[in-house]
Amino acid sequence: MLLLTCPYCGVEADETELTPGGEAHITRHGAGANDDDFETYLFMRKNPKGVHFERWRHAFGCGKWFHAARCTMTLEVFGTYSGQTFEPPKTLINKIKKKRPDWEGFVK
Amino acid sequence: MSNAVSALQDAVFKGSVTIKDAGLQGMITLRGDLSSDALAKAVKTATGTAIPETGCINSGKKGAAAWMSPDELLLLVDYAQAETIVAKLDKALAGTHMLASNVSDARAVFTIEGKGIRDVLAKGSPADMSAGTLGINTLRRTRLGQLPVAFWLGSETTATVICFRSVGEHVFNWLSTAAQKGSLPGHYT
Amino acid sequence: MSTRLQNGGRLIDRTKQIEFTWNGKRLQGFQGDTLASALLANNQMLVGRSFKYHRPRGIVAAGPEEPNALMGTGVDGHFEPNQRATTTELYQGLTSHSQNHWPSLEIDIGALNSKLPRFFPAGFYYKTFMYPRAAWKHVFEPIIRKSAGLGKAPTHKDEDTYEYFYAHVDIMIVGGGIAGLAAALTAGKSGASVLLMEQGVSFGGRAITDGVEIDGKPAATWVKATLAALKKMPNVQIRTRMMGAGVYDHGYALGYERLTDHLGPNQNGPRHRLWRIRTKRIVTATGAIERPLSFAGNDIPGVMLAGSLRDYIADYGVSAGDRTVVVTNNDDGYRTAIALHEAGLNVPCIIDPRGDLDGELPQKAIALGIRVENKSAIGKVKGGKRVESVTLCAQAGEGGTLEEIKCDAVAMSGGWSPVVHLWSHCGGKLNWDTDLAMFRPDPSRPPLGADGTGFVIATGTANGHLYSASVLKDAIAAGKQAAKDAGFKATGTVPKASDEKAAPIAAVWSMPQGATYDLKSKTFLDYQNDVKVSDVRLAAQEGFTSVEHAKRYTTLGMATDQGKLSNINGLAVLADSLNKEIPQVGTTTFRPPYHPISFGAIVGDARGELFKPIRKSPIHQWIDDNGGDWEPVADWRRPYCYKQQGETVEQAVTREILNTRENCGLLDASTLGKIIVKGPDAGKFMDMMYTNMMSTLKVGFCRYGLMCTENGFLSDDGVVARLSENTYLCHTTSGGSDRIHAWMEEWLQTEWWDWKVYTANVTEQYAQIAIVGPNARKVLEKLGGMDVSPEALPFMQFRDGKIGGIQARPFRISFSGELSYEIAVPASQGQAFWDMCMEAGAEFGMQPYGTECLHVMRAEKGFIMIGDETDGTVIPQDLGLNWAISKKKEDFLGKRAQQRSHMTDSKRWKLVGLKPVDPQAVIPDGAYATDGTTRPNGVKNMIGRVTSTYFSPTLNHAIAMGLVEHGPDRMGEVIDFPTIGGDIIKAEICDPVFLDKEGARQNV
Repeated sequence: MLLLTCPYCGVEADETELTPGGEAHITRHGAGANDDDFETYLFMRKNPKGVHFERWRHAFGCGKWFHAARCTMTLEVFGTYSGQTFEPPKTLINKIKKKRPDWEGFVK
Repeated sequence: MSNAVSALQDAVFKGSVTIKDAGLQGMITLRGDLSSDALAKAVKTATGTAIPETGCINSGKKGAAAWMSPDELLLLVDYAQAETIVAKLDKALAGTHMLASNVSDARAVFTIEGKGIRDVLAKGSPADMSAGTLGINTLRRTRLGQLPVAFWLGSETTATVICFRSVGEHVFNWLSTAAQKGSLPGHYT
Repeated sequence: MSTRLQNGGRLIDRTKQIEFTWNGKRLQGFQGDTLASALLANNQMLVGRSFKYHRPRGIVAAGPEEPNALMGTGVDGHFEPNQRATTTELYQGLTSHSQNHWPSLEIDIGALNSKLPRFFPAGFYYKTFMYPRAAWKHVFEPIIRKSAGLGKAPTHKDEDTYEYFYAHVDIMIVGGGIAGLAAALTAGKSGASVLLMEQGVSFGGRAITDGVEIDGKPAATWVKATLAALKKMPNVQIRTRMMGAGVYDHGYALGYERLTDHLGPNQNGPRHRLWRIRTKRIVTATGAIERPLSFAGNDIPGVMLAGSLRDYIADYGVSAGDRTVVVTNNDDGYRTAIALHEAGLNVPCIIDPRGDLDGELPQKAIALGIRVENKSAIGKVKGGKRVESVTLCAQAGEGGTLEEIKCDAVAMSGGWSPVVHLWSHCGGKLNWDTDLAMFRPDPSRPPLGADGTGFVIATGTANGHLYSASVLKDAIAAGKQAAKDAGFKATGTVPKASDEKAAPIAAVWSMPQGATYDLKSKTFLDYQNDVKVSDVRLAAQEGFTSVEHAKRYTTLGMATDQGKLSNINGLAVLADSLNKEIPQVGTTTFRPPYHPISFGAIVGDARGELFKPIRKSPIHQWIDDNGGDWEPVADWRRPYCYKQQGETVEQAVTREILNTRENCGLLDASTLGKIIVKGPDAGKFMDMMYTNMMSTLKVGFCRYGLMCTENGFLSDDGVVARLSENTYLCHTTSGGSDRIHAWMEEWLQTEWWDWKVYTANVTEQYAQIAIVGPNARKVLEKLGGMDVSPEALPFMQFRDGKIGGIQARPFRISFSGELSYEIAVPASQGQAFWDMCMEAGAEFGMQPYGTECLHVMRAEKGFIMIGDETDGTVIPQDLGLNWAISKKKEDFLGKRAQQRSHMTDSKRWKLVGLKPVDPQAVIPDGAYATDGTTRPNGVKNMIGRVTSTYFSPTLNHAIAMGLVEHGPDRMGEVIDFPTIGGDIIKAEICDPVFLDKEGARQNV
C-alpha cells in the first residue's frame, strides 16, 4: 500500500486516494504516424526491475496528474514531480544515480 | 426558488456527534490563475476573503474560499446569490482564461458537531486526522468510505463535509453509522 | 485429571463465577478465564477431533498458537466457527461447541480414518479417487465435501457491526511484554506519538509467569510502574485486545481490535475494529512461541506445551494433570517441572535428550528431588482420549522401552521460535541461529519503506533474545532507534534483570533418533492438518524438495494456525530427509494476517445499505413511490418501467412505449453526464476529443458526437451544445460522466497542458427531464415562460429561459424519434419541475416512462447504445457512423488507430437491422448468426451477432440490431440465429432504422 506525496497539493496520499496511470513520459503518436511509432506508443511499455517512472493521479484529492520515480523491487520512492514535463528533473536523476549506481539512467 | 430543496432536506442524526444536513449552500467552482490580482480581487468581492493558501479554506463575511487544486477554488456564498455572483465573476474576469460555474445543487453539505469529529472522520478517510496535519481550516479532499469528499474543521468541535448530491444519502448514512453511540475509538479525544 | 487449583491464577477473579455451556453441558468458570482454561478447570481435556483422521485432540497451548481447541461459539446471528478456546474470553452465558465430529465428540465415526493412515498419506488427494471417473461426481466428491472443512458455516446473518479506523502514528509497537513496554517507554519519552498494542488483556508477557526479577523486584512491579508512566504520556496510546495483524508496504499495518468479544453479544458499538495504521516505524515485540517435540503419540490429549502448563497454573490456577512427565531439549522446560512441583503436583520424571545438565534450572529441579533422565526420550505416549503413560527410551536408539511411566499429562518443550511474522510480512529476512536453534530477524535485511530504509525493528524475544536482561537491553535500543528514525531524540537506561545461567539447547527434531516407521507414522508435526513426520519424509522421497512444494503437498502449515507450532519442526524433518541444513531448506512465506481475523472486520461498515454507494437522482424518491421498478445503471438506479396496479413488467413497458408515441411521456434523464469545456482552445480540444468537427458548431446549437479511445474503439457518445464562443457543454452516457471528465482532464494535464481549456463536471447540478411525444410542446406551452415553437426552438438547438417559473434550458434533442425536449433545471428544483410537468401533462396523456421504453424506442429508430452496440472492440465505422467522423480534421483521438489494417478490413462485422421472419420471434440477446459451415475446430462458423433485440409494440414486430459480416451489402438476405434450445430463428437483414426514416415525427 503505497504512500505518495502529491507535488501539487503537498498531501501525502494513500494509494487508495490515487489512480495509477502506467509508464510516464510516453510520446504520443497520432494521425500520420508510421506503424512502428504508433505500435510503440500504443503497446510498448517498460517493465523494469528497479527504477521506474510512473504516472499517478491524485483522483480523490486535487485531481492532478503527477509523476513518481519508484523502485519496482523495493518500492522505494525517489521522488514525485510535475506531470507536465517531458523527462524527470535533473536533481531527481542525480539523486537516483547516487542511490542506485548501477542504474542505466533515464531512457525515454 | 421557494421550491428548491437540498439533497437530505434538513436531516439530523444525533449520536456520539451530531450530523446535520446543512441545507441549501451556494457553491461556485472557479477555475483560473490563482496568482492573478484580478482573480484575487474578484474572489474578495464575492466572498470577502483572500485567496486561500494551498490546501486551506478562508472564511469571510460574505462567504468562504476553499483551495481545491492549483487552478481551482470552491467559493461558498449565499445560495440565492450564486447565479448573480457567477455572472459578476464572468464579468470581472472577462478576457482572462477562467471558468466559473454554479455547483450549489451538485453537492450535499453536512456539518458535524461534537468532540469526536476527528474520530468519526478517521473511520472512513485514510487522511491523517491529527491536529498537526489537519489543522483548523485545512481543507482535505480525500475519500470517506468509498466516496470522494472534502472536509475541514472550523473548530475542534465542528466539521463540514461536502460530497456529491447523488450520494448525499449514502454519506449521511455512513456518517450516522460511524457516529453511533459507544463506537468512538477515542484516538483523537 | 485437569482441575482448578486451590490457589493462584493472577488473571482470574474467583469472586465472580461465570456460567457457560459447552456441547450442551452447563459449566462454571471465573471472570478472567479463557474458554480453554475453564474447560481444563472442568476436567475437559478432550476438546475436538482432528481434521483428517478424526483423532481425539486436547488443548495444547494457552495462546493464539493453539492448533486443536477450535470451537463454534455463540448462537444464530452471533455464531462463529473455528474460535480458539485459548483466546476466547469467558463471558456469562457463552455457548460453545466442539467441532469436526459425528455423531459426538466422544464417539466419532470419522475416527475410522485413523485406522487407515496408509490410505491417507501425503498427497492422497492427488493419488486417490482417480478411477472410475464417474465415481468422482457421485461418490467421492459428496463424501469428501461432507467431511471437509473445519467447523460449520454460520446460517444466520451476522448481527454484529464492524468498522475501520485509520490512524497515523510515529511509532507502532506490537506486544505488551516487557520488551514492548520498555520500547514504548523509551519511544514515548522522546515525544513521538506511540501506539502500543497487546493482543491479550494483560501486560508483562512471560516475564511475570516465569518469575523474572527487574531491578531487584518481581517483573509485575516493574510492569505496573511502566504502564503507569506510559498512561501519563499524552503522546502514548495503549490498546489491549488488539493484535498486530499484518505489515504492508510503506509503513502500513493492520491492527485487529476486539472490542466486545469478552462481553458477549448485543453490546453497544462495533464488535471488531480494523485499524489501518500508517506509521514511520514498527517495533515488533511479539515474543516467541514454544515448539512441540516430535514423538509418537504427541497428539494424545494431555500432551501440552510446557510453557502453557505453567501459564495455566500461574494465570488461571488450573492444573492440566496430576502426574506430568516433562520432556524437553532445553533448560526452559525445567521451569514447568519446578512450577508444577511448587504447585504441589507430581512430576514423575523429566526426560531430556541432552547429556550435560549443568544449567541452573536442571540443577534446581534435581535439588528439588525431581527425577531427571538425561540422554533419554519418549518412545511413545500411550492413551486414547487422554494420556495414560509414556515409555522411556534412549534418545540414541530406535525406541526400545526401558520403562513405562504412568502419567496423565506430558509437558513438552522443543525450544522457542521468535514470532517473526510481522517482520517477515513485508520482506524482512531471517537468519538461522545454530546455537539457539531458531530463525531470527536479520537486522541488516529489514523490510524497506518509502525512503528505502528499514521500517520494522524486531526486538526482545521476537528478535531472538531469550533472556530478560538482553531482552530489556534490546528493547531500549529498539525504542531509541525507532524514535530517532521517526525524527525524535530518545534516551533511556536499561533496567537490570536477572536470568538463570542456561545450558545450550539440543537441536532434537524428533525422538528417539532412530524412530521406526511405525513410531514416525504416529508422530505429528501439524496437529490441525494431521501431518506426520512420515508424511514429510514421503514428500521428500517423492521429490518435493522445495519447502514451498513440500508444504503444499503435505499441507503442513496450511491450516488456520498457519503452522505456528509445526513449521520449524517440519522444516527440520524435511532438511534431515534431504540431508541438508535447515537454512538451506529455508522457510515458507509468512503472510498476513498473523492470526485469523473476522470477515466482519475485513468488510467493515460496507454492508447492508452501506455496501455500495448508490447514486440517486433528484427524482429518485418520487420514482420509488410511483411504481418504479429499479435497475442499476452504472452506480445510479433508474426505473426500468413504472408498474401500475396489476401490471407485469412487459405490460408496463408496452404501455409506456405506446403512450409516449401516441401522447406524451416523461423521462428522468438526470443521470446523463454534463461537462463544461471552456477556454480559448476549447474548440481545438473538442475537435481532438470527438470524432466529429465540434469547433464549427454554432452557439445555441446541438450536435451528436462520438468519443473514441486511442485504440480507435468507441468509448462514449452524447449531445454537445455550444453555450458560448468559448464554452461547450458535453453530455455523456449515464455511466460515463466521471470517466469522461477524468479522460478530458488527463489529456489536458498530461498532453496538451499548454492549451487554455478548463473543464467542470456539472452532472449533478441539473435535473434533466425529457418531455417526449406528440403532445410535448403542448405541455410546455401550458407551463409557459418560454417560446418553444419550432421557429423559436428548432430541432437540435437549445435556449435558456424560464419554464413554469424555474430557470430552465430546454434542448430540442430526441433519442426516441418523437418531438422531444430535454430540459435541464437546477437539481434542487428537479422534483418541483417534475411535479409541474406531470400536472400540466395530465390532460395530454402524460405518463412517466423508464429505461426499457427508452431502449425500445431508440432501437426502433436505429440509434446505437454505448454498451449494447459497443463492447470495447467496436469502432464507429462498424456502426455505420462514418457521417459522424470528420474527414477534414488533421487528428482526433482514435483517428490513427482506425487506419490500421485490421480496422479497415472489409470483413469487419457491421451494423444492420434484423427483422425476424416470424414477427413474434424475439432473437435472444447476444445470439450469434451462423452460415451453415463449420470451422476446423468443429464449431459452427459465426458471421455476426445480435447487439440489441426487442419486441416493438409500435410496429407489432420483433426487431433487432446486430453486427454482421458484410452486413450492409446483404440487405434482404435471411440469416440463421441458432438458439440455446437448438431452434433457429431466421431474420432478414434490413436497415437498422425501423421507424420514420425521414424523421418526420421528431422534426415538427
